[in-house]
This record gives sequence, structure tokens and C-alpha cells, in this order.
Amino acid sequence: MAHAVATREVHREAQAQPVVELRGITRVYDTGRVAVKALRGVDLTVEDGEFLAIMGPSGSGKSTLMNMLGCLDRPTAGSYVLNGEDVATLGPRELARIRNRTLGFVFQAFHLLPRTSAQENVELPLLYHDDGLSWKEIHRRAREALEAVGLGDRIDHTPNELSGGQKQRVAIARALVTRPRVLLADEPTGNLDSRTTLEIIDILQKLNREGLTILMVTHEPEIARFARRIVTMRDGLIASDRPSPGLSATEALAEWRDELDVHEDLTHDAPAEVQG
Amino acid sequence: MKWSAIPYLSFRALHRNAMRTVLTALGIIIGVGAVITMVGLGQGASHEIEEQVNRLGQNVVLVFPGERQLGGVSIGGGEANTLTIEDALAIRDEIPEVVAASPEVRSQRVIVYGNRNWATRVYGQSADYLQIRQWPMESGRMFDEDDVAQAALVAVIGQTLVDELFEGSDPIGETVRVRGLPLEVIGVLAPKGMSLMGSVQDDIVLVPYTTGFQRISGRSHAMVINVQVFDQASMDVARLKIEDLLRERHRLAPYQDNDFTIQTQEEVAAAATETSRVMTFLLASIAGISLFVGGIGIMNVMLVSVTERTREVGLRLAVGARAPDVLLQFLIEAVILCLLGGLGGILLGLAATEVIARYAGWPALFSAEAMFIAVTVSAAVGLFFGFYPAWKASRLDPIVALRRE
Ligand SMILES: Nc1ncnc2c1ncn2[C@@H]1O[C@H](COP(=O)(O)OP(=O)(O)OP(=O)(O)O)[C@@H](O)[C@H]1O
Ligand SMILES: [Mg+2]
Repeated sequence: MAHAVATREVHREAQAQPVVELRGITRVYDTGRVAVKALRGVDLTVEDGEFLAIMGPSGSGKSTLMNMLGCLDRPTAGSYVLNGEDVATLGPRELARIRNRTLGFVFQAFHLLPRTSAQENVELPLLYHDDGLSWKEIHRRAREALEAVGLGDRIDHTPNELSGGQKQRVAIARALVTRPRVLLADEPTGNLDSRTTLEIIDILQKLNREGLTILMVTHEPEIARFARRIVTMRDGLIASDRPSPGLSATEALAEWRDELDVHEDLTHDAPAEVQG
Repeated sequence: MKWSAIPYLSFRALHRNAMRTVLTALGIIIGVGAVITMVGLGQGASHEIEEQVNRLGQNVVLVFPGERQLGGVSIGGGEANTLTIEDALAIRDEIPEVVAASPEVRSQRVIVYGNRNWATRVYGQSADYLQIRQWPMESGRMFDEDDVAQAALVAVIGQTLVDELFEGSDPIGETVRVRGLPLEVIGVLAPKGMSLMGSVQDDIVLVPYTTGFQRISGRSHAMVINVQVFDQASMDVARLKIEDLLRERHRLAPYQDNDFTIQTQEEVAAAATETSRVMTFLLASIAGISLFVGGIGIMNVMLVSVTERTREVGLRLAVGARAPDVLLQFLIEAVILCLLGGLGGILLGLAATEVIARYAGWPALFSAEAMFIAVTVSAAVGLFFGFYPAWKASRLDPIVALRRE
């Protein structure tokens, strides 16, 4: 990872242009009788290395925007420049390459292949890589990515042998394994409890410190506080865009642990037993 | 994408759903197995008929009762009662070119020896039948003219009966019973050799036709008269003379058709071979249909699988798979399924052929050609029936696919 980070630093110096630049993006869903305007002219610029939280009420167009950012969907109008490339000019082949190389996806529902080991799940994007990596290199990279999310000891586990948080960490490893510039996460903690959510955010913050640009959709203001910029959407438009304190999830986790210890001390007379 | 990764992904997907893979392949296994078995049995039968013809002896003419169509079913017969024992004797005695003639009657009977019994075919024949068939004796003797004249209660048995009734011990001089009628075993026929049909031909009991007609089959007329002609050159003459003789004996007016049919061994063989060829074709077609049904099964399962794996496809597209990658993966899955089915089918077919050949006494031939065709066809079936589901998978919209719960 260290090497990748180094090259990213160089990139940043050389081209001071933003990673993501949306201009007047609209998206109209033509559902037969009525046309639904999911996005109504979104302008958004994201610089390299940002950690951005996207908030907003249900139906405000967050997922639609993420699909657009992820090159899974094309805008009805407007321009999208990703990493210096105008996405509108690219064919399906280039779009697939961008999804594979430049972008990493994390979903609320994890989307891991069932009955398939963590290792193989993480290897999947590398199999669609154009560089002709050797199998050895593929295995090594997948292991590295799993170690980076703290699952080095779970590489042979299948999804149903993993907890929700662990599944999401496998999914993050899968998003990282191709060393993307931008991580797109649509409600990555939507299916997780608050403790596990903090752990996932902690991992995302760590990756962000190493240079990864992160765009994360979330419903919970407490989660958004860990980002460094919060964009709020309403009715297909950006309603507000403001910096955020960027709290440290590591500290929040430590506090959580302290509280837990106090709680345990109160409920048990004896000191908390260490469970194997 | 990485080329070796596509078959790898296909294998992994099949492996993940091992049960479904096996069940789907079963359709192809049964189809290919049926093709292999049917073609094997059909070809075995054709081959056997040729062998049989070669063994039937030379310069043999068969006279059947009734008018028969050339190229029709030529084995069996005996529907009409037009040929008498006297006709056979007349052919033998009055036509110089004829060396031997045996009026034949067949019946399916149970032979009892001690507390054992065995169902077999009992043939009434003349003393010179073995000469016509060029069939040597293993031990003992063939019944002679005197035995025939006296309708002696004697029998000559094939190797199968020695094995089944006497468990290999010497049967000469022992008495077996057919419907309560005691028959003394006086001779054993030499085994018919190595062919798969050999055991069927050895499953035979010969008795003097006099005994066979009245006391065993209860018939008065011959089912066929086996005639041996002096040499090949005399065949046509002998045939004409037999026809004249029988027309005269049967008092047929010039405007009347023959009430019998004369066929040479070759004609009988040609008709039989043709029949078995048609049989092979029919059997193979039926088996082919089951292969087709197996293919439809594959398509069905692949379609279900595409629906079921919608989210998987969506994910693959999101992490950088292109539509052709997805198409190829599903296509290769179908082809692998079919090839596995093809290999399984060959094994099943070989086993089934072996079992049928051994226990039902059917002849069989293992044909490398049939196996090659079966595998090629099953791969083609995979491509053909796998294409539509694969194409459908590759056309999925990743956003819709990922949102599917
Ligand atoms: N495929 C589609 N066809 C038609 N309308 C759609 C489609 N996808 C989204 N929409 C509409 O677009 C609007 C924005 O949807 P979107 O999924 O982006 O909302 P969201 O902000 O992600 O909501 P949530 O917080 O509930 O996930 C909604 O009104 C939705 O009904
Ligand atoms: Mg959404």
C-alpha cells in the first residue's frame, strides 16, 4: 500500500485538477406515464483525498448520484469528468476499465458471492483486470487487501461464516484490491450496528489518510460527522455543502470501549472476565 | 480480462452449486448414455447378423411357407401351413443338386433335469442339419436317420444347457424332460465361439423332426426347410428346380402365385441387416430426442440460474466485467455442464451396454465413433441451449441487478 500512496502523492502534486467534476447533471427516469426527475442539475467538485458524506432524505437522489459517479449509469444531461476523463465520451469497454481501476464500490448489502471464500471474493475484480496479472500476484494482492482491513486470519471463510462487519470489511478489501483512486460507498453501514459501524468508519478513515478519495452516502448525521465534508441533497439538488469536523473513529471507538468497561464494572461485581 | 480466469470462474460457479450442476448434467448423462447404448446394441446386432450369416454354412437355400416380400422380415416365419415334411424329403431326393434338406420346427419349451429347469428353444431337424449348418459336435453323436425314422426320444444340446442344467458335468446318457416327455441326451454341440451372440446360439436343443413336430411343438408343417446345394454354381439351377418341384407338389395352376418363398442365405442376410440398420437408426433417434430434452433442461436451469444470480452478475459488471466476459462465463458454464454430462453419459452408456450384453444376451459393439459424436453433440447442445441464458445475463443492467433483493 505504501508504494501506491506514494504514487498518489506525486499525482496530486503534478495535476492539481479535481478527481470528480460534475456540471449540471440531470437524470430523468422515463417510467412510461410520468418522467421522474431524480437529479435536477447537480454541480459537485471533489478534490483528491477528500472524505465526503452525502446525506439527504429518502428519494432525494443520493443513490442515483452514486450510480452516475460509479459509471453504472449515464446522465440525461450534464458533464462528468472523472480523473481527467470526460465519461460521456467513453465506450462500454473504457467504462468497464474505469469501474475496475479507478473506482471501488461498497454496497449496503455487501454483495459477496455466496459459498466463496473471502480470498476469492476479493480476487474477483483482479480477474477482470486488463494487465494480465499472474495468479500468484492476484493471490498476494487479495491477501494484502484483506490484511489491510484486519481480516488476514479469515481469508478462507465464506460469507455465511462471517459477521456483518466482517462481510463489509471483505467488501472493502474487494473495492481496494485494484488500488482505485475513488471509493464509492452507498450506505456502507446501513446494515450494521453502531459499534461495527464505527469499526468500518475507522477503516475508511485510515484508507482516506493514506490518500484514497471517499464518497459515502449515509442517513445518520452521527456517521456523517466522521467525514470532512458533508453534502446534503434535497429533491435532486444539492441543498447544502459544508465542511465537517472529521471526528476520529479511532477515538470514538476508544470512548466506546471505556463506556463498555464502566458498564461491565457496574453490572458485575467481579472484574470482567477475559473471554477466550 | 485474464483468459484463464473465464473457465476458472465457470468452474467455480458450477462448483458453488454442485447439486444443481449434477442434476442438470444428469439430463445430458442420460441422453448421451442412451445414444451410446442404443448405437452399441444396434451395431452389435448388425455385426452379429453378418457373423451369423457367415457361419450358416455355404450354398444354403431356405424355403419359407407362404408368400413373402423380399426385404421384409425374413427371420421367423411359419405363418402359413404349406410346407410338409414330404416336401422336404422330395427336395432332398428328387433334385440332384441338393445334398441335404431339413424340415425345421421351433418351439420355446422348458427343459427339466432333476430339480433344475431352463427355458430354451427346441428345434426339430433332420439328421443332416449339422452338415447344412457346418456345425461340429463337441461330444457324443448327432441323431441319425434311424432315430428320425423311429421318432426316437433323443436330444442334442448346446453348450448353454450343459452349463445351466448340468453345471458343466457330462450330460451324455442323462435324461431331460420336456413337458413330461423324457429325452435322452446323446450329444453336445460345439460352442459357437467368441461372439457375444454365441451364447444365444448355444442355447439350443435339437431333436429329430419326427419327435419335434408331433410330440413337442404339436405342429404338422415346417416353419422353414433348410436346403444345402451341392456347390455355388448350382444354386440358381437348384432354386428353379425347387420352385418347380414345390409348385407341382402343391398343384399350383400357372396363374397361381407360389405359396412358399425361396431365399438364399445372402438374401436373408441382406434383409436382416437392413432391418437391424433401421432399428439402429430408430433407437439412435429416440436416444437423440432424450439428448435434446437434456439440452432443454440445461437451458431451463441456466435461465433460472441467471435470474437467481442477477445480483452476482450486477456485482461482476460493477467491479469491471464487460458484457462479453459475462456472456462467455455463462456459455462456458453450459458447455462444461454438457461436456461433464457427455463424459458421464459415455461411462453410463458403456456400463449399460455391458450389462445388457451380459445379462440379456444382446450383442453389443463399443463404437468410438458414437462416443466422439456424443461428446461433440453434447458440447454443441451446451453452446446452443446455453447461448440464450448467457446472452440474457450479459444484457443485465448492473443498477437494476444490484438493487434486486
Ligand atoms: N430505476 C428507476 N426508475 C424510476 N425511478 C427511479 C429509479 N431509480 C430511482 N428512481 C426515483 O428517483 C428518485 C431518487 O431515487 P434514489 O434511489 O436516488 O434516492 P435515494 O436518495 O438513494 O433514497 P434512499 O435514501 O431511500 O436510498 C426517487 O424518486 C426514485 O423513486
Ligand atoms: Mg439510496
